Amino acid sequence: MLELTDLDVRYGAVRALRGLSLTVAEGEIVALLGNNGAGKSTALAAVSGLVRPSAGRITLDGREVTGASPPAMVAAGVVHVPEGRRIFSTLTVRENLQLGGYLVRDGAELERRIARVYDLLPRLAERRDQQGGTLSGGEQQMLAIGRGLVAGPRLLMLDEPSMGLAPLIVTAVMDVIRDINAAGTTVLLVEQNAKAALRIAHRGHVLDQGAVTLHAPAAELAADPRVIEAYLGA
Amino acid sequence: MSQLVWNGLFVGSFYALVALGYSMVYGVIKLLNFAHGDLYMLGAFSGFAMLGALGGLVRSQSLLALLLVLVATMLVTGLAGMALERVAYRPLRGAPRLSLLITAVGASFALEYGTRAAAGADPRVYQVRLGGTTLHVLGARVTVQQLVLVAIAVALMVALHRLVTSSRQGRAMRAIALDPVAARLMGIDVDAVIARTFFLGSALAGAAGVMAGGYYGKIDFLMGFIIGLKAFTAAVIGGIGNIPGTMLGGLLLGLLESFGTDLLGGEWRDVFAFGCLILFLTVRPTGLLGERVTERV
Repeated sequence: MLELTDLDVRYGAVRALRGLSLTVAEGEIVALLGNNGAGKSTALAAVSGLVRPSAGRITLDGREVTGASPPAMVAAGVVHVPEGRRIFSTLTVRENLQLGGYLVRDGAELERRIARVYDLLPRLAERRDQQGGTLSGGEQQMLAIGRGLVAGPRLLMLDEPSMGLAPLIVTAVMDVIRDINAAGTTVLLVEQNAKAALRIAHRGHVLDQGAVTLHAPAAELAADPRVIEAYLGA
Repeated sequence: MSQLVWNGLFVGSFYALVALGYSMVYGVIKLLNFAHGDLYMLGAFSGFAMLGALGGLVRSQSLLALLLVLVATMLVTGLAGMALERVAYRPLRGAPRLSLLITAVGASFALEYGTRAAAGADPRVYQVRLGGTTLHVLGARVTVQQLVLVAIAVALMVALHRLVTSSRQGRAMRAIALDPVAARLMGIDVDAVIARTFFLGSALAGAAGVMAGGYYGKIDFLMGFIIGLKAFTAAVIGGIGNIPGTMLGGLLLGLLESFGTDLLGGEWRDVFAFGCLILFLTVRPTGLLGERVTERV
């Protein structure tokens, strides 16, 4: 479905990605693991159009989308839920969800999608008129995911959804991601919490210094001594 | 007393109309658009030109003519505001804020002296002077024309407020104000929404320009300078970036001036207004309703 080939991204003199290649097939959860600064977030930003690659190709269903704008990518069904959640803090939960469906011009369809998100994440329904910034960290992450879902993604890209959350909440978030995937949405999951990510992912890629150094089915990665040592702890 | 209140509210509604554009643009891209007052001037001149072209209708149906011209002028200044953004500000997206500020001052001069070159340096006299019957309301002398102008100003402000609080476009504007990157990830075309923000703000300033022309009767190419600073003051008093706050700030500034002038004399009016600006910048830089700004800074 999604294919990155030899992707380079530079921030001034810094090369954030150096020949990154990876694929995501329809229906998968693919984990992208690695340390801070390995290029995980940059890879997502390149796909969603926030940064323009200096070399390489991105294709979606075989069609080249390298350098496409964020609205074009959202319209094509690729939705990026950014690191740090980036909830619109003084807007209500409902307004945040409505913004997730900004490109949905049919009002009735937008309401149906928001209702589906409320079904999936009932806490958001309870807090629909509260300002996004007043939610707990876990609720904000759920809102960020729900906001992404309203756009109707075929591919949902999540950047560090576990960041700053208590272990129990991390589990709940990962379960929600698995449910979303089971309902037919492909997921590209960036995580520093490799353990949590590999529990739900089908395959994983390990990034180091802007390139993939290791890729394998999730279970194999979770058992790989190099991964255990570097990312899973003893 | 009631006369002072009425005078203050009347002038204040003009300030509020102009201040809204200042405030919206600041809210969305954190730019103090110093050329904003000049769009008000441009509105007055474009209204002047259109009234001249309408000719006979102006004499027989002056209020109707003024309303027609008002709508057409809003379109003209709105498009001028979009053009200004496209030419002067968009190329500087992501540049340091000081560069934008300096550009805004330059754009202001360009509009002022461009108008002087096109229309001449001498003041023009508006073809329409709304002659109105004077009414006595609670001891204040109120003219019908003032009532009409205030009603138009209030209607425009209510419409804007509803647009911003409950439409898809308004939500997009507020989203960009809070987090432009996240807004892009929602699929919002940020440049297009910023252009529309300039259109709305400039259209309101243009409306105020025509209204001022019809009310005060005389226009000149520098008339936007002081009102621009007054609108900035109003926005700061109310809380720049906050729409209800800005409306409140406009009305409040009108009242402050009205009472201040009564107390100190007319020649102190501007001193008093800008004294208030300095006071607010020192004591409460976020303005009366401007909590949102603190959060952003």
